[in-house]
Amino acid sequence: MAFVPKIEALICTYCTYTAADMAGAARMQYPATVRIVKYLCTGRIDILHILKAFEAGADAVMVSGCEVGDCHFLEGNLRAQERVEYTKHLLDEIGIGGERLEMFHIGASDAPQWAEAVRQMTERVQALGPNPLTVKRHSEVQVEEKS
Amino acid sequence: MIIAERKPFDEIKQMIQDYPKVLIVGCGTCVAVCLAGGEKEVGILAAELRMALELEGKKIEIGETTVERQCDREFLEAVASQVEQYDAVISMACGVGVQFLAEMYPEKPVYPAVNTTFLGANEDIGFYTERCSACSTCYLALTGGICPVTMCSKGLLNGPCGGPVNGMCEVDRTRPCAWCQIYERLKQQGRLDLLKGVVPAREFRHKPAQFIHPAYKKKFERPQ
Repeated sequence: MAFVPKIEALICTYCTYTAADMAGAARMQYPATVRIVKYLCTGRIDILHILKAFEAGADAVMVSGCEVGDCHFLEGNLRAQERVEYTKHLLDEIGIGGERLEMFHIGASDAPQWAEAVRQMTERVQALGPNPLTVKRHSEVQVEEKS
Repeated sequence: MIIAERKPFDEIKQMIQDYPKVLIVGCGTCVAVCLAGGEKEVGILAAELRMALELEGKKIEIGETTVERQCDREFLEAVASQVEQYDAVISMACGVGVQFLAEMYPEKPVYPAVNTTFLGANEDIGFYTERCSACSTCYLALTGGICPVTMCSKGLLNGPCGGPVNGMCEVDRTRPCAWCQIYERLKQQGRLDLLKGVVPAREFRHKPAQFIHPAYKKKFERPQ
């Protein structure tokens, strides 16, 4: 069976969520690989939220906030950017790989950019393959079933 | 406050990988402020360890808890029932907390997850600078509130070494010379006469220090 990535998108309600909503209303086509979690601001996104997503089996996480300088709360998107950079390093340490996490800046009116970001992330994860944790869990279940 | 930084992940992982059940104990005071060992950092380390060890095929149960202060018995007593259930403990507190935890639960191996680095100030989120060496003899009254023991690269007590260039330290050209700063501060306050006095040599011998507040001397002081 072809691998369909599960991508968790942690996005800001003021910018990226509006863009995603508009992409849906305009029936723009993009891969059905994202599960959206809406935040009041990406500044609220914690490193733990991202790690828990990977622990729960997400193949990738995309964080998307307002464009630089446009944050509704002034600097929330910049704080998120810092956390994403640090979390990439943590994911490398763990062995999951920092390239499975990416930060985007998508304005409220940029619906095509949202569709493109999802396409990009999906292609990236398809090249990387599933979350190594999921692979490990799956192989353990298979061994148990055989025995 | 006490500043610490988390140890490299691989070092922590190696310390505990042979125990089936490990409890991570955070400290909610200094190390929480410097983002090294508070409740959030406990959660991050636990998630990292769970995932990394699972990838290596090791089944280890990781527990998480955080106390207000690990340098206080009454807070550490509260985790007794949790510590009992685990094979080893990781302390995310400063060196004081790690030792106190190990002393209270001597039957359990206790591992440090942070390196305690210095006593410092909180300049900004994630940015801390050293200010005090806890030398037991405070000279700040004589030096305009700038500590020569800590801020001077050579820890000199009686003026600069003669090496500073344009007010910068000869050991590290990016740092200001503490004694030039002391001079400027005292000049600004009209107290340059303080520099005429001679400060005797500092007590360098080290023994584990203890301090008893005068109000509690009767209670804690041992007869000589």
